[in-house]
Formats: sequence, structure tokens, C-alpha cells
Amino acid sequence: MSKVEIPPIASRTPRRTAAELFKEGLFWLAILIAFMVMMFPLYWMLVTSFKERSEVTLLPPTFVPFVDFKPTGINYLAVFTRVSELGNTVGGNNQATLSEFPEHLFNSFVIAGGSTILSVILGTLAAYAFSRFRIAGEGDLLFFILSTRMLPPIVVLIPIFLMFTWANLREGYLGITLLYITTGLPFVVWMMKGFFDEIPREYEEAAMTDGYSRLEAIWKIVLPEALPAMLATAVFVLITSWNEFVFVQLLNPSRGTTVPPFLLAIVGYGQIEWGRMAATSVVFLLPVVIFTFLVRNHLLRGVTFGAVRR
Amino acid sequence: MRETTTAQSEPANTATILRPRFGWLSDAWLARIFLTPTMVLLLLIAIFPLIWSLYLSFTTYSVIKDADSGPVWVGLANYAKLLADPNIWGRFTITGAFVVPAVAIELVLGFGLALLLNRNFAGRGLLLTAMLTPMMLCPVVVALFWRFMFRADTGVLNWFIRDLFHWSEKGVFWLTDVKIAMWSIIMVDVWMWTPFMMLITLAGLQAVPKYLYEAAEVDRASTWFKFRQITLPIIAPLILVGLIFRLIDSYRLFDTVYALTGGGPARATQVLSVYIYQVAFRDFNTGLGSALGYIMLIVIIALANLLIRLLNGLKADHE
Repeated sequence: MSKVEIPPIASRTPRRTAAELFKEGLFWLAILIAFMVMMFPLYWMLVTSFKERSEVTLLPPTFVPFVDFKPTGINYLAVFTRVSELGNTVGGNNQATLSEFPEHLFNSFVIAGGSTILSVILGTLAAYAFSRFRIAGEGDLLFFILSTRMLPPIVVLIPIFLMFTWANLREGYLGITLLYITTGLPFVVWMMKGFFDEIPREYEEAAMTDGYSRLEAIWKIVLPEALPAMLATAVFVLITSWNEFVFVQLLNPSRGTTVPPFLLAIVGYGQIEWGRMAATSVVFLLPVVIFTFLVRNHLLRGVTFGAVRR
Repeated sequence: MRETTTAQSEPANTATILRPRFGWLSDAWLARIFLTPTMVLLLLIAIFPLIWSLYLSFTTYSVIKDADSGPVWVGLANYAKLLADPNIWGRFTITGAFVVPAVAIELVLGFGLALLLNRNFAGRGLLLTAMLTPMMLCPVVVALFWRFMFRADTGVLNWFIRDLFHWSEKGVFWLTDVKIAMWSIIMVDVWMWTPFMMLITLAGLQAVPKYLYEAAEVDRASTWFKFRQITLPIIAPLILVGLIFRLIDSYRLFDTVYALTGGGPARATQVLSVYIYQVAFRDFNTGLGSALGYIMLIVIIALANLLIRLLNGLKADHE
């Protein structure tokens, strides 16, 4: 290249050689392929949810709404009303059952929501104690709390099943909510302890020299400071309870169960309206997608139990 | 400085401004109050069942048949029976045949994606978040939808293979072919969890201080040298943390397998968790199931310990 005076502004985006352009193109191609492969199942679910019954299993499949096929909202209408594309609910066994979805969605809301709130409150208190007070055997206690996370759920499933049967906790919300609170606790304690450790203890010490009691200092100084962290933690607990399957499948009888076991039971029947199934799944998964987006900056910390901080 | 503090903490002075509520609660009591609910719940719903399970593993008991009579103590009979049973080792092999390839593929793909995404470009945050969603989704619902895509006749995957690319005339029997079913499960697991390995590797890559590369640049070090001597030592502990999580989680995986194949075809995908579920809640051999659960637990504890020791070794090396 001949020597040309390059003005300062242009120097930030230097002219590229062909090799560099090729590399750049290759990079974007790789990203595009990876993105398409990873997103395809979700895209396919979304597209299927807008298809009419006859369209769903069509070969060759149709991929692009409006171009390949005319999208319909009937599946979404069916999710929340008892309308079926087949006309009524008499058509087949699974028709009648899939229409129970709203009840199970409600169960999911109550159980996941309730257990999340309680788990975060109780876990945060314990985390504060671990972060600020001198506790005998603190390290051991924390490790004990963490170790409950490693248990294969299947191992405690048998005695919990016996316990809940004995205590009559298998009906209704109480038993499964208690269980989810407990599964959430180790996570909340570890996450919140990490966050509290990052808040300087001078904050509440200063407040206490000013005449606040410890409890007041926590309420007025520490809690507002920790609230964003608590919300992020809550989202992870909520998602875990929302997605849980093994325990609720075994413990809760059909009526009180959350969405995952219910959907699995429906598919077991055989003849399934997959369009409607997809719409139901989208409705069930959507809150999690939104939440994932909201806590995107805490994802790494969340999925590693607070072990990795950024 | 000292004077101001004493003036502020003087009782007569502060009482007029502020009367601290709950001031009588000492820190020691607060600690007890804060810790008790968590500890009670964990003891009651996590630890007590574990002890009960240990007891049951030394008995013969069936939730259905022996509901009135209760468990009968048989000592180590369950363990003796299980350890002598070649079927159990078969289940360990099946579990290994799932865990090892799944985690290895997730590591390699996640690493590759992280290297690819370790640079700044417009829309990177959004792209990352979108790619990370699979791991947050409900495994059962995800598995059910994959079942739809796996369908032999009208499934979209077989359409790609059979009609679009002509790789195979009949298509693939994803979930019903004994040789393929496990790979289908691995595929779903890889789809869900590669983002996790990508995320953790990416965090490692971004933690490498830039000046190290610049210094190596001055010395005209090769790309491989920079990777081997600078990048790898720094990201290795993080990747190991990721591996520990993935190994433990895939070892105890239940939902995805149960919803995809239920252990079939012909028990080809009956991993340990699914097998225990079968023994304890289909055949109602509660005692035997508990013993099996304990064997599974001991193996995972040993494995986790080994990995954590390796991790601490790596960290010590680095420092």
C-alpha cells in the first residue's frame, strides 16, 4: 500500500486487507451458524405454535410464517379457553385434559411463587448471619448447606415420599412448597452471603454508632443495598421451582400438580395436537425467557451457585 | 475524631434523637434467630430423609406390600445383592456412556463458542443472552418438544436428514433405535448445557489481563505459546468448576431421560436415576432402591472430592 496520510478519525477503522475481510466474514458465518443451530428448536416451537393442525405434521415442513403458511392464533386461544380446533372437548381424551392447563399453570404460580418468596427471605437472614456474625463452625455449616445441593434428588425421594405420605402433606400446596423452600435455601444462602460480603460492614456499623439497633440498621441500611441481589437470587429460585419435575410428579396427585408433570402425562396419551402443545409450552416457557433476560448479568454467578463471580 | 465518636454514642445524647428499637436483641440472639429456620428446614427435609434412607437401605420394605408391617432389618443383604448383580454395573456403564460424551462435547463446543465470542461486536450482549436461554428452560418441556422433532416419520430432523440432505433413506430412529437413543439424549443435553460451558469459559477468557498478552507480543511469542502459557493456566480452574457442575448434574440427570425415552428402548438408556426410580416406585422395592441410592451417593461424593482436590491443586499451582 502506498503511503497516504490517514486522518485521525479514519485510523480507528483501518482499511482492511482481503485476508482480514475473509477472516471477518468467516467469523460472522461461524456466529450465524452457531446461532441458527442453537436457536432452531426454540424457533421451531414458536413456529409450530402458530400452525393449524393440518399444517403441523405436513411434509415438507413449512418454516416461515406468512411466506410458507398462514399463521393462526387458535392454539393460543385454546390454551386459555376450552376451545379446540376440533370443535369441542369430546373429540379425544387428550382434548379434555389439555384444557386443564390453566389450573396447573395456577398451581405452578402459587407453588413456585410462594416457595421463592419464603426461600429468599429465610435464606437471606441466614446469609446475613453467616456474613456478619461470628458463628461456631461456620465453614462446616456452610459446606453442609452446600452439600445438600450435590445430592441426587432420587436418593432423598424415597424417604421424602414416605414422610409426606405419613404427614399427609402430599395433598395441596403446603408439602411441595416446603420442599421447594428447602431446595432453594442452600442456593439463597450461598448467593446472598457472597453479596453481603461485598457490602462493606462499615455501613451498618456507622449506622449503629449513630444509635440504630442492629435490626434497624439491617432494615434501613443493608436491605435497600441488598435488594437488587435478592431479586436476582429470587429469579433463579423461581426458575428452579418452576422447572422442577421429579418431586412434584411423585408427591402431588394429579389435581394439585404443576405444569411439567401435567404436560408429560398429556403427551403420554398418544394422539397429540402438537400445535396446541407447542403453544402451551411457549406460554409456560415465556416467563423464564423474560426472567433470563432480566438477570443476564448475574447468570454466571447464578448457575454456579455463587462460586464464580464476575 | 475520637471526641466525635464518644459524643455520638453517649446514651443521654442519642436517646433524645433516636431510641433504637429492638436494641435489647444481642447479636448472638439475632444470629440464632436468623439461622434457625434455615437449619430446621434443612435438617427436616434434607438431612433427616437421608438418614431414613440409610436405615431403609438395611431393610426389606415395600411401600405397597409392607405398609402395615413396616421395614424388616436385613443388614447388608441389599448391598451384597446389588454389588453382586452385574445389572447394576451395567447401569453404571450406561450412565458413564451418557455422562462422559455429553460433558466432553459440551466442553469442546462451549470452549469453541467462547473463543469465537471473546471479542466485542454490536449486539453481542443480546446474542449471548439468547444463546444462554436453553439452560434455563424446563427440562421436561424441552424434552417433550425434542420428542416432537425426533419423530421418525414427520419429525423435522428426519426431514432434514432424509429429504433435504439425503444422508439416509429411511431417516434415523432417534428414540427407538437401541444404538442411537443414547446419542439423542446426549444431543438434547448438549443443546441445553453447551451454553453453560461457553459462559464459564468466556468469563475465564475475559479475566485474563491484557498486559500479559502485550508482554508476550513484545517477546514475539507464538499464538500457541500465548494460549498454552497465559490463557490456559488462568481459565483452567474456572473450566474445572464448570466440569464439576456438569459432571454432578449429568450423573444425577433424571428429567430429560425420563421424558425422552423413559429408559428405553430395551433399557438402553436406563441411567442410574431412572433405574432407581424404576426399582423404588414401579417395582416398589423401597429398601433395595435406597441401598442403590446410597451406592450412587457414595460414588458421586468420591468423584466430587477428587475433582475438588484437583481444583485446589490447580489453584495452588497458579498462585
